[in-house]
Amino acid sequence: MGHRDGVDVEIFSGKSMAVDRSAEALARGAFGEAAPRTAEDPLAWPDPRAVRGKLIAVEGIDGSGKSTQVYLLKRWLESTGHRVFFTEWNSSDLVREATRRGKRENLLTATTFCLIHATDFADRYERQILPLLRAGYVVLCDRYSYTAFARDVVRGVDPAWVRSLYSFAIRPDVTFYFQVPVDLALLRILARGERLKYHEAGMDLGLSTDVRESFRIFQSRIDAEYRKMAEEFGFLVVEATRSAHAQQAEVRAAIQKRLDLPSFRWNSPE
Amino acid sequence: MRALRFDGRPVAGNGPAEILPGRLVVVEGADGSGRSTQISLLKQRLEAGGWPVVDVGLRRSGLVGPEIERAKKGNVLGPTTRSLYYATDFADQLENRVLPALRAGFVVLADRYVYTLMARDVVRGASPEWLESLYGIALVPSAVFYLQVSPQALVERNFHRSPTLDYWESGMDLGLSRDWFGSFVRYQQRIEAEFLRMRERYEFAVIDGNRPVREIAQDLAARTLAVLGE
Repeated sequence: MGHRDGVDVEIFSGKSMAVDRSAEALARGAFGEAAPRTAEDPLAWPDPRAVRGKLIAVEGIDGSGKSTQVYLLKRWLESTGHRVFFTEWNSSDLVREATRRGKRENLLTATTFCLIHATDFADRYERQILPLLRAGYVVLCDRYSYTAFARDVVRGVDPAWVRSLYSFAIRPDVTFYFQVPVDLALLRILARGERLKYHEAGMDLGLSTDVRESFRIFQSRIDAEYRKMAEEFGFLVVEATRSAHAQQAEVRAAIQKRLDLPSFRWNSPE
Repeated sequence: MRALRFDGRPVAGNGPAEILPGRLVVVEGADGSGRSTQISLLKQRLEAGGWPVVDVGLRRSGLVGPEIERAKKGNVLGPTTRSLYYATDFADQLENRVLPALRAGFVVLADRYVYTLMARDVVRGASPEWLESLYGIALVPSAVFYLQVSPQALVERNFHRSPTLDYWESGMDLGLSRDWFGSFVRYQQRIEAEFLRMRERYEFAVIDGNRPVREIAQDLAARTLAVLGE
C-alpha cells in the first residue's frame, strides 16, 4: 500500500509469501532491496518447477457440470492406482463457519467476500495443496483462483488487486474450462431439484429481484470474465453441452497426454 | 490537515474521490507500550472537547473475529492464511465501522492499523509487495502516532500485567530462541525496526513512550487536536 497510484502486479508469478528470513534479509526489512530468494532457503515457497506433483483445476459457471467431471476424473485416477487428492472451493474447516455466518447474516461486502474466500483458499493451499504437490500427488481442484478472478471482479473488486492477492499460488498445470450457455446451466441446476443460492445467483448485487433473472445476468458476466482469461491462462475449453460421458473421455485423454501418469502410481503393487 | 483518501485501490463501491468529513487517527505501538491506556485517555480528552469518537482495533470484526481468536489458540493457521484472516477482519471493520463513522464526521481512533499487520508479516518473511497490494484498500490516516518504548520497558510492563508472556507477542512461532524471554526481546526489536523503516514512507509521528503516562497523554492530545484543526 505505497503512496503511489498503480501497483504493478505480476500475475501468477508464484510470488512468495514466506521467502527469506535470514538475519540479513530481516535486517533489511520490508522496504529495502529485495532479498535474494534461494532454493536452499527452507522457509521459501518451493520453486514451482521443483514441485513433483501436478495440479489440475476445473472452472466453469455453476451448473456447467464441472464438479461431475472432476469427480469422474478422480474416480478414474484412484481406481487405476494413482496418488490423487481432491479439494473444492470454499471448504476449509477453519474458515467455512465464518463464510457461512457472513453469507447467512449478509455481512459480506464485495471486498470481504473476496478476502474470506482467499483465506479459505490459502488455508487449503498451505495445509493441503502445496504439501501434496510436493509429495508428488495429482491434486484436483474444483475451482481455483480463476473463480475469484471472475466472480470478485464481477462484484466490483479491482482485477489487479485480486490477482495480486492470489499471487502466492502456483499456476495449475492444466485448467479445464467447462463452457456452457447460461440457460442450460440454469436448467441443469433446476432439474437437480436444487434452489438457486443467494450468492450463486448474485442476488447481493441487486441485478434483479427475480432470482432466475439475477442468476442469468450474474453468471453471464462471470462467463464473460472466464472467456477473457481463457487465452491468457491457457484454459482447455471443454464444450460442456455434450454428454457427461463424452466430456469425460476428452478430459481423460487430455490428462493422459499432458501427465506422465505412471509416475503418479503408488509404488507398492496393488 | 490531510484529506482522507484511499491509499491504493479503494474498496469496491467506494470512489477514490469521496470526501470524508471525519478524521482517522491511528495509534501504533507494541503490546505493553501503553497504547491502550493512551487511546482511552485520548478518547476521554476528545469527547470532553466535544469531538464524537468511534474506536476500532484489530480482531474486533463480527465477521471473523471469533475465528481468529479460536485459531490463535492452536497452531493451525499457515502464515498466508493468518495474514488473510487479519486482512478480512480489517476490511470488514473498514467498511462497516470506519467508513460510515468518517462519513458521519466522527473522529475514528484506531488502536493499531495495517502497519502492525504488515510489520508482523514482514518479520515472518512475507513479501512486502504482496502486503502493500493487499492493504492498498486502506485509508491513509489523518495522523499516525507510533508509541516507541524500549524493549526493556516493554518486558517490564508485560510482566507487570501478567507473569506469562504472550506466545504471538513473543514471536515464538518464529523459532528465534528456545528461551521465551529472549524470543520476546528479539521479536520486539525486529518489529520496532520494521516500524521505524515504515516511518517515513507512511509519515508516522514517533512518540516517546518512555515518559510518564500523563506527559504522553498531553503530547498525544495536543498533536491530535492540531490534526483536528483546533
